[in-house]
Amino acid sequence: MKEKQLMVAAIENGTVIDHIPSEKLFAVVNLLHLDRMTSAVTIGYNLESQELGKKSIIKMADKFFTNEELNQLAVICPNLTLCIIRDYEIVEKRMVTLPDELKGIVHCANPKCITNNEPMQTHFHVHGPDRRALKCHYCNTIIDLEKVKLVEKKG
Amino acid sequence: MEKRSLVTIADHSREKIEYLIQMAQEFEKHPNRRLLEGKVVATLFFEPSTRTRLSFETAANRLGARVIGFADPKVTSGTKGETLKDTIMMVSNYADIIVMRHYLEGAARYASEIAPVPIVNAGDGANQHPSQTMLDLYSIYKTQGRLDDLDIFLVGDLKYGRTVHSMLNAMHHFNPTFHFIAPEELAMPEIYKQFCRDHSIRYVEHTDFNADVISGADILYMTRVQRERFTDLMEYERVKDRYLLKLDMLSKARPNMKILHPLPRVNEIEYSIDENPHAYYFEQARNGLYARQALLCDALGITLDEIRNDKTIIE
Ligand SMILES: [Zn+2]
Repeated sequence: MKEKQLMVAAIENGTVIDHIPSEKLFAVVNLLHLDRMTSAVTIGYNLESQELGKKSIIKMADKFFTNEELNQLAVICPNLTLCIIRDYEIVEKRMVTLPDELKGIVHCANPKCITNNEPMQTHFHVHGPDRRALKCHYCNTIIDLEKVKLVEKKG
Repeated sequence: MEKRSLVTIADHSREKIEYLIQMAQEFEKHPNRRLLEGKVVATLFFEPSTRTRLSFETAANRLGARVIGFADPKVTSGTKGETLKDTIMMVSNYADIIVMRHYLEGAARYASEIAPVPIVNAGDGANQHPSQTMLDLYSIYKTQGRLDDLDIFLVGDLKYGRTVHSMLNAMHHFNPTFHFIAPEELAMPEIYKQFCRDHSIRYVEHTDFNADVISGADILYMTRVQRERFTDLMEYERVKDRYLLKLDMLSKARPNMKILHPLPRVNEIEYSIDENPHAYYFEQARNGLYARQALLCDALGITLDEIRNDKTIIE
């Protein structure tokens, strides 16, 4: 606990993502394009966690997420914790959870789906009792959350 | 006017299905009317389907509507790179309702979201074909006098057959028992069996197809077993004749049992069965006219009451 407070205390403004399952860390790093960031980024890998066994944590100075980016994050790992830091204080702390609907976030796996052939947004509904699948609003294809392909963002 | 597109039967409640069946009954009594006089119906077939198009166009014509559209996408801008959206928006300027068939899955749902006029899905790839489902339900209702508590046997290609998948979806309101009869390679996919379990629908799977297996059927729904669906052509050769319905297989059938087939048939039903009282597939196709008249009117906001009190009937 003390270690975490130290890490958080080290940025003036920015975002901390906590409770990343360690096996998902590099997927999150890729998704957030951390390799292209110019501000300070600290990554903690394989830290001890009571709930997860091993967890990872990413701390980014001067970075704040849009809802769309958070939805993308929620697709690759549910139940992250997000802390927003302003002036060395945690001003907001919340869970990042998968919304019931995702628009323009992931690709449909069906090549004959209208969304893969028309300039339009994809649209999925979270599917299944354990919420681990997505169902295409248009072609009804069901995709396992572990296998989804995210829509590439420009910039 | 409220938009009342028809994309899939899955959007309809039990009550709505029964309501549409009652509407179809009215059109069967009096198919020729001037109910849609002054209306323009567009039939856009981005993929050819002569049967479905003729059925919809006949339905529109017998109700007095005018029909515009195309039957072959090669002559339209679709192949010149125009988006579906642009075509739909253009045609919406001309027509009161659009009946569309498309090779892409989800095309009708998308069109219904962007079009200012109602869309009727006449088939979108392997996804949905609600007017076929509606005429199947109407045929079941007409021959059995009810939709509830029936034993429905689905035979042939249950893996790719979109009509049988829609049937599961539509019948789940009516406490059916299904029997799935298919070669292993074309068996009912797990996702649809899960759907049955989720909705407490009983089902039994068979690979054999004989007089004993079908003796408990109220409805025997035949589909095509197509060569191109098989990865192993040896397997196709082995099973292709096993799912052919022969006259002597009807010896133990229930008296009320009817044979349905979405047509065209290739090699699923012996021609000698055509004259048998169990055969119903030609009447089934005619029911498509009444079912589609009901779907067009419902999409245009015309109610069952209006149809019952219709003064435009042509005797
Ligand atoms: Zn799709």
